[in-house]
This record gives sequence, C-alpha cells and structure tokens, in this order.
Amino acid sequence: MNAHLWANFLNSVLSHPLGSTLLIVACWPGIAIACLLRPHSIRYVARFLFPVGALACVGMFLLAGTFLISGHSTEVMTLPLGLPDLPFHLRLDALSAFFLLILGLSGAGISTFAAGYFRSGEGTAPGLLGLHYHVFLASMAVVMLADDAYLFMVAWETMALTSYFLVTSQHRILEIRRAGFLYLLMAHLGAISILLSFGVMQGGSWQFTFDAMRNASLAPFWATVAFTLALLGFGAKAGLVPMHVWLPEAHPAAPSPVSAMMSGLMLKTAIYGLLRVTFDLLHVKFWQWGVAVLALGLFSALFGAIFAGVQTDMKRLLAYSSIENVGLIFTGIGLSILFAASNMRLFAALALSAALLHALNHSLFKSLLFLATGSVLHATRQRSLGKLGGLIRPMPWVAALALIGTLAIAGLPPLNGFVSEWLLLQSFLYTPQLPHAFINMLIPLGAAALALTVALAAYVMVKFYGVIFLGQPREASLAQAHDANWLERIGLAWLAAGCIAIGVQPQLALHAAGRSTGMLLGQIIAPDPSVWRIAPIAPEQASYSGWIFLAVILCVVAVTFLAVRLLAHGRVRRTAAWDCGYPWQTTRMQDTAEGFGQPIRHMFGAFFRMERDLPSPTDLTPRYRVHIEDHFWHAVYKPIAAGVQRLADAVSYLQGGRLAIYLLFSFLTLLGLLVFVL
Amino acid sequence: MLKSHLDVQLLNLLAAGMLLISFAMLSTRRTQQLITLFAWQGAILFLSTSLVAHEAGLTELYFSAALTLILKVITLPLILHTLIKRLGAQWDNERLVNIPITMLVGLVLVIFAFGLAQPISLLATTITRHTIGIALAVILLSFLMMITRRKAVTQVIGFLAMENGLFLAATSATYGMPMVIELGIALDLLVAVFILGIFFFQIREQFDSLDLHHLESLKEE
Repeated sequence: MNAHLWANFLNSVLSHPLGSTLLIVACWPGIAIACLLRPHSIRYVARFLFPVGALACVGMFLLAGTFLISGHSTEVMTLPLGLPDLPFHLRLDALSAFFLLILGLSGAGISTFAAGYFRSGEGTAPGLLGLHYHVFLASMAVVMLADDAYLFMVAWETMALTSYFLVTSQHRILEIRRAGFLYLLMAHLGAISILLSFGVMQGGSWQFTFDAMRNASLAPFWATVAFTLALLGFGAKAGLVPMHVWLPEAHPAAPSPVSAMMSGLMLKTAIYGLLRVTFDLLHVKFWQWGVAVLALGLFSALFGAIFAGVQTDMKRLLAYSSIENVGLIFTGIGLSILFAASNMRLFAALALSAALLHALNHSLFKSLLFLATGSVLHATRQRSLGKLGGLIRPMPWVAALALIGTLAIAGLPPLNGFVSEWLLLQSFLYTPQLPHAFINMLIPLGAAALALTVALAAYVMVKFYGVIFLGQPREASLAQAHDANWLERIGLAWLAAGCIAIGVQPQLALHAAGRSTGMLLGQIIAPDPSVWRIAPIAPEQASYSGWIFLAVILCVVAVTFLAVRLLAHGRVRRTAAWDCGYPWQTTRMQDTAEGFGQPIRHMFGAFFRMERDLPSPTDLTPRYRVHIEDHFWHAVYKPIAAGVQRLADAVSYLQGGRLAIYLLFSFLTLLGLLVFVL
Repeated sequence: MLKSHLDVQLLNLLAAGMLLISFAMLSTRRTQQLITLFAWQGAILFLSTSLVAHEAGLTELYFSAALTLILKVITLPLILHTLIKRLGAQWDNERLVNIPITMLVGLVLVIFAFGLAQPISLLATTITRHTIGIALAVILLSFLMMITRRKAVTQVIGFLAMENGLFLAATSATYGMPMVIELGIALDLLVAVFILGIFFFQIREQFDSLDLHHLESLKEE
C-alpha cells in the first residue's frame, strides 16, 4: 500500500516536470528566508540549512536527468505573477533541462561543501550569506526556466545583485570592494546589452515572450544587431576576452564556495543565454556569426591559458583557467553555428554536443578545484603559491580529490575533461568540408591554437598541483595544516565522482546533450555503437572508450605496484639524499610558481605588460619582483575610464557652489525657453 | 465706457507702480527697506486685484484680493520683520554688485518681457491684458534680484516678489487662477517662509553669518 502511494507520487512528479521543478526552485527562497531566523548561528545556517539546499539540488539534478533521459516533451506554463498584463512565462525544454542538470549536479556538491566551509566571524553574518547564496541559486534556475524577456531580465539582475553581495562579503577589504564594483559595473553593462538585444528581437510586435521572438521575422541586418548585442552581453557575463577584466578580480575575492558557484554555474547561465538566443530565438542565420564566436572563443582560450601560466595566486590562476574553458565552450558554439549555417547539421550537432559537455565538465572540475583552494585557504590562510607546498601530507583527502580535478581539467583520459576536448578536436577535423574557401584555410590554425591551449592548460595544472601539494612546505606553519572536515570531503568527493563517471561512461551525458542538439538543430550525433565506447560520427573513423583507458591504467598501476613490491621489498635503505654537492638545502630551493611560469612568460611576452625588478649581483638581500598586467586593461578600459572621468569633471564644473550661479542657470534656461516659444 | 476707460488707466498706473517698486527693490541695500517695499508691492497688488474684481464683477477675485491683503501686506512682512529682528539683521547693509549695470540689465529684461507679452496679450480677452508685459517684467526682475543678492533673507524676499509677479500675470491674463490653486499657493508661501526661517537660524548657527557665499564650502571637491 505504502509502496503504491509512493509510486503514485513519483509518477505524478515525473508527469509534471515543470511544476516539480518550480517546487524545487521555490525551496531555495524558502531556505533563504529561514536563514534570517537565526542569522548569527553558524550551526543552524551552515550545518542545517545548507545541506537542505544541497538536497534540493540533488532533487533538481534527478528531475532534470529523468526529463532528459525519458525524452519528455517541452512544457510551458504562465504564472499569475508579474505586472498586470505582463505575466511570467515559464518553459522547460531540453536545453533548459540540460543546464538545470548542471546546476543541480554541481550545486549539490558546492552546497554540501559550503555547509562545512563557512565559519563564524568571517565578514558578513552567515545568515545573510545563506540568504544571498540561496537566492542566487534560485535566480539561476529561473534564468533557465524563463520564457519571456521580462522574467529573464528580472532573474538575470537578481543573479548579478546577489552574487555581488556574495563577492563583497568581506567588504572591509578595499581590494574586495573594488573587485565587487568592477564586477557590478560589467554585469550592468552586459545586462543593458542583453536588454537591447531583446528589444531588437521583438521585431516591432512589442511582445516580449520568447514565443513571439521565435516567430518574429527579422531583417538580416537587425538579426545581426541582435546577435552582436547578445554576444556582447552574454560574453561579458561569461568572461569572454575583452570583457573578461572583472573575472580574475571578482572570483578570487569571493569566499571559495561562491567562487565555485560563479565559475562553475554562473558562467554557464551566459552560455545558456547565448545558445537560447542564437539557436532558438534567432535560428542561426549567418555563418559569419560562427566565425566571430569562434575567433573570440579561441582567443579567450589561449589568452586564459597563457595568463593562468604566470599567476602566483592560486584562485587567480583558476579564474584565468575559467576564461580559458569558457573560450573552449565558445569555440564549440562558434563551430556549431558555422556548420549549422552551412547546413551541415550532423557536424553542428557534434560541435554543440562538445560545447554542452564541456560546460557540464567545467562546472564539475572547476567547482572541485575552487573548493579545494578553499580548504587549503582555511588550513593555511595562504593564497600565494609562493608560500604553500607539500600539503599532500597534512591534507591527504583534499590532495587526492584535487588530483582528480587537476587531471580532469588537464584533459587526461579517462576523466571527463578529455572527452569534451576530444569531441571538440573531432569537430575541428570535419571543417575541410565547409563550403567557404577562406575559412577552410584559416581553421587549421584554429585547431592548432586549440591543441596549444589544451597543452598549456595541462602545463598550468601541473604547476597548480605541484606547487601546492607536492614538494616541501615552504613555510614552517604549513605543517600544522588540517584536512577538510567531513562535510567538505563529501562535497569534494561528489564532484570528483562526477568527473570520473562522465569520463569513463560519457554515454548518458552525451545522450542528455543530444536532446538539446535535437531540439536546437533537429539532429543528434550518431547513436552509440555499444555501451562501452562512443563514436560521434562513425565507429571506423574515431571512437573512445573510457573503460579501456581505465582498465589499462589500473593494470599498469597494479603491475608496477606488484613488481616494486616483489622486486624491491625489504631492500629499502634509508640514508641521506645525494645533496648535489650542496652541504645544505632549504625548502626555498624548490621550483616556484614564478619559476614554473617563466618559460611561458618568456615565450608569450607579447601578451603581457610586465614590470620586473631584478636584484643586482652584489645585493646581500636580493629581492625579485615581477608584476604582470593585462594589455586590455591599459589599452581599452583605462582610456574609457579616463574619458568618463573627464566628462564628469567637465559636468562638475557646473557645480561651482555659488547659489547666484545656480540661480543664473535657471534664469538663463527660463529666458531661453521663453525665446523659444516666442 | 468712460468709467471702464478710467479703470483701465488706473490699472495701468498700478501696474507701473509695481514695476517701479521692483526696480527700487533691485537697488535697495537695507533689508528692512526691502521688506517695506515688498509690503507696498503687495498693497498695490491688492488694489489692482480689487479693481479688476470690481470691473469684471467677479466675486471670487475679491477673495483673492483679501487673501493678498492678509498674507502679503500684513502677515509675511510681519514674519520677516520679526525674523530679522531675532536674527539681529535689521541694520544689515548689503554690498551689491554694480547698481547701474544691474539697472541696465533690468531695463533690457523689461523690454524683453514686453516683446514676449505682445503675442500673448493679443490672445487675451481681459481688460487688463496690457499689464501682462509688466507682470512678466516683475517676475524677471525679481529673479534678477535673487541672482544679485548674497544674503539669505533678501533671496527669500526676491522669491516672494516673484510670486507677486506671477499673481499679477494670472489676474491680468485670465482673471486669476482657480480658487483652489490660489489657496494652495498661498499656503505654500506661508510654509516656505516658515521653513526658510528655520534654515536661516541653522545657517547662522553653522557659519555665524547669513552670507550665502559660506555655502560654497559645501561643494564636493
């Protein structure tokens, strides 16, 4: 009887996916309000309410997953909320379900981690943090469910505002306030651009539902204007070069779970928005759009990887790595637009699947790594790579789980990063069939840039992991570092398990992504030949099986382990290491982050603005200092800021402070108006 | 007809008196004299409004005239007198910018106002339409007075005189504004004077003076 009721309940939940999704989304504001009941109690807010929010995330993940796997049809709904005559429209389709799946999957890990991470007495009261955090989660979900421009913009701005408050939770620090301001400024510029884009897309019908925009027939010029505005707006949110300046400032400034949310989830809302606008609302009209997205994406990827290589702050390094990964996703989207506009639907589906899968993967491993830096930060109070090292011994759990994330982001099989990057390279291989001669000549360069980026990313990750966890501790205090607590471990392990599962068995994730490509392009990539491997176009051309890699790796490890144990066991001699002729060695003699990044700094010198103080050979207390800045900041943003400042100064000249002058202004205006009517 | 003609002449005379007082206010240095002049301006306004009311046979204009008498001839001057006495500013002298030049600017403004009133007075149907130009001139001159003054009290008097000009314009162009609006304006004036009186004390408290150039330091750098 009980089981029967339970089955009935489950059945009704699954047959109304949109309603159930809304219920879960409504949980988060509820939790947010509950946070205010006892805002200073860390036990109540963090240890109790955050896990509840994580459970809602798991529910969201399961719901979106079943929606995608079962192939449920699109559902729409009109809420009796909003302004009079302007109700909120909602829609759950394959694309929004895929991004809700990302939100639920990574959000569950991040929320669980955050439950163990937040301590009292760090910046804002925990209750306020919990309020912003859960409203932030809910607003991201609403962005993905919105079916009219009005609700979309309301949720979008809520997302920007709550994340701003989360970034500035330690607002007593000047740099954090600055980073927050820069973030808010860029978020608003982006929002204005998106708003204008919607304004163009309604095409004179003055209907702001997405349905009206789908059916509006735009002139080619106006469609391109709408696309450009959307690319600028969503690009600013995603951190696409040259709108990326806020990202390396804001992500490190936030508490680590918030950095993980922003990097892992919020950037994906921008990807979602661009896909929604380009494929669903504008129906991919011109291949030139694809070239623009492809060029911006490739450049961002290369730029992010190179800058990540020279960072010495671990969270900044990850922030630049986010720019790189967003660049890779945009590369996939650009290729997909290019293929789709040239009517090569299958390859378009391949590139889009790669982009979607990479969005999912990036949200998993980047969240994992940001959370791991949070644990390191709590254990050592250090963010600078130059003061860390050797943490694998005091923090074995974090080190092991971060290793999985590091290998995944470096794109090594059998982990998930490899699958999406491999699919992306695969889709590059089909570009020679494009009917544009020029593009055909240039795209191999793009493929080369992609390969270079992926290799650089691996290099950066070796640096990240090696400097933090391997070697000797660079400071004496590091020996007292403690491992993550069990809630933090669960959060990290959840994300790491996702990395492994998608890497070994990517079929389900590809199937889910296939629903979106089926909806947007009317095409899915070739069905899987077997459960054990994937072959996106044809099995005789290329296929990948995570299981084989896993089996080989496990075999090699086992054989090596056994061989060492059999051959070398019992013959270990402990003695002083060969000291290379140096009588004493200190921990400062290890390779540093600067040293590791030096080749990149040398090779890609043109990308940086560098200030370096080299010590003189006779200096007894030598100090080496290098300061690296971004050309874009000086070439684009500074002149714009200076122009705005000049304009403001010119206007403030009117504010002389003398009452007579102010009266004179009114008087002259009055006279002028009188002359005008005369 | 003759009587009406006489009335129009009288009205023009009174209006001219108002203009004259405006010029006098522009050139007066003593704050106390300024208040007296303001009271006189109100008295003339009262007379001319009553005359229009009598001529046009509009009873509600009598109310307006009574309101003017009570508020602008008696109450406001009384309040201002007590105010400057309490502030100890009744013997204040004000250095003015350059009286001859101010006068010349005032003359230009009067000519401008008459030019401006030409098309309006052609449209108006009232017997007082010739005084529209003068009313506009009174408004502009009061504004000019506010610009040239540096003390807080005199600025307020300029503001009140401007309202006089507006009232004259209203009666001369359309036989006055609706009663509700007029009552509202009267109340506003009264409240404004009260609030400004409080501000005077605050300003003096802060800067030990009512000279407005001290306020320049409030500007954001």
